[in-house]
Amino acid sequence: MDLRLDVSEQAGWSVLQVGGEIDVATAPRLREHLIKLVNDQRFAIVVDLEDVDFIDSTGLGVLIGARKRVRLHDGDVKLVCTEPRIVKVFEITGLDQVFQIHPSIDAAVAG
Amino acid sequence: MEAEQVSVAEAAGEVVELELPPRPEVVAVARLVVGALAAVDPLFDEERGADLRLAVSEACTNAIQAQLSARVGVDPRAPIVLRCSVGEGRILLSVQDHGGGFDPSGLEAHPEVTDPARLEHEGGLGIPLIRLLADELEFRPTPGGTTVVMGFGPRLAVDRVVS
Repeated sequence: MDLRLDVSEQAGWSVLQVGGEIDVATAPRLREHLIKLVNDQRFAIVVDLEDVDFIDSTGLGVLIGARKRVRLHDGDVKLVCTEPRIVKVFEITGLDQVFQIHPSIDAAVAG
Repeated sequence: MEAEQVSVAEAAGEVVELELPPRPEVVAVARLVVGALAAVDPLFDEERGADLRLAVSEACTNAIQAQLSARVGVDPRAPIVLRCSVGEGRILLSVQDHGGGFDPSGLEAHPEVTDPARLEHEGGLGIPLIRLLADELEFRPTPGGTTVVMGFGPRLAVDRVVS
């Protein structure tokens, strides 16, 4: 299963755009990318989930882990997501109270 | 976390059975099969189909991880068995592993998700998610491992929060 990952910079934030399905098979690659950003001293991270078709608890765990790492450095992980099926996974697990979920990258880096 | 043991009635209709090698890549296959199955039943809308795909993803992930955990006596190559049946307005899914057995009452109780302490844990969300998504849930000890049986009705307003 292919997971597309693309990193760019916007307004001082590292934007990681993710596409595809995030599960036990693909989550390790997402985790590697996020750890590399932290190792590169990038502690302000936006994860754009707009092109994600599926996420399960393995993917949520990777995002929780990334948030934990950047917060050690006073950073943050914000999410971009409008797809109701993906937003719902954050809502039913209560993680919408933990992560800021924005409708666009512009809103995330401004907010 | 309190152990939830709802007895799930046996399947009413024909059962589709699939043996999958215990590799992370096959979880996507299980989702595809279950998504297609739910789409065939007009009672199950797209959102409920997404619930089923998520639940089977969690169950298969647990099964594969149990089996790959290399516990003594566990055959890491034994297949994961996915069984699906549709009938009488209900979809029944079961995922059987040979991971050496598991006691749901022995699950580590994690703090509330919004509790800062909860965020120290990257795992442990899978079974709480299944509990929310499925209408019926049972963990059955089966030879060499566990079978998770999940029953789904057409719709369920999932507005509760994992605790």
